[in-house]
Amino acid sequence: MAKQNDIKYLSSARVDHRQKKYCRFKKLGIKYIDYKDADFLKKFLNEQGKMLPRRISGNSLKYQRKVAQAIKKARQMALLPYVTDLMK
Amino acid sequence: MATANNTDQKLQSYELMIIFTPVLADEDFKNAQTKYTDLVTNNGGSIVATEPIGLRNLAYPIAKKTTGLYWLMEYQAPTALNHTLEVQMGRDENIIRQMITRLDKHAVAYNDRRRKGIKLEHTPKRAAEEVETEENA
Repeated sequence: MAKQNDIKYLSSARVDHRQKKYCRFKKLGIKYIDYKDADFLKKFLNEQGKMLPRRISGNSLKYQRKVAQAIKKARQMALLPYVTDLMK
Repeated sequence: MATANNTDQKLQSYELMIIFTPVLADEDFKNAQTKYTDLVTNNGGSIVATEPIGLRNLAYPIAKKTTGLYWLMEYQAPTALNHTLEVQMGRDENIIRQMITRLDKHAVAYNDRRRKGIKLEHTPKRAAEEVETEENA
């Protein structure tokens, strides 16, 4: 019946597919994460200087660990702050 | 054991980053650099590269100082050397902080590219792309 078909289209199907997150290190072939490059590491920090979780940054576990190590080293050498406000 | 001897003699790559006090005069800064490079070379190590980064703002105050003189040294050395280095650095009153990092083969390759001034976000693939675009332009 025609009526049944009409009802189908009343609730529009959601078509906006969010792009799948990916690990930039795997995709670009980055093997080493440098603790000296503070500007690069800032991409993985929020405004308070805390590290972003994997569900937001999309990093694979392997590289999330390496990023964490690099950030901790950078903090130790005063290249990145431990705590801050309005970093960006 | 033969294998143990081999591992003893094998040199490992390290990177040393030192923050000196900002009040250090140019000459003293240079003397301090030679002191540590000599210490490495005299104890069976070899210097790969040194880089005086110079005065830089600290992200947070250390010992009531807001700036520091940064100095970077990449070297190869037997593992026992790091302890003597750390003892010497601990006695040095001009040093406000220091860190020795062990480098794996990717890190050595990365530092090499960095020194050659290839601007890239840590990436071999991106480097190749950049070279291509430069040639086209």
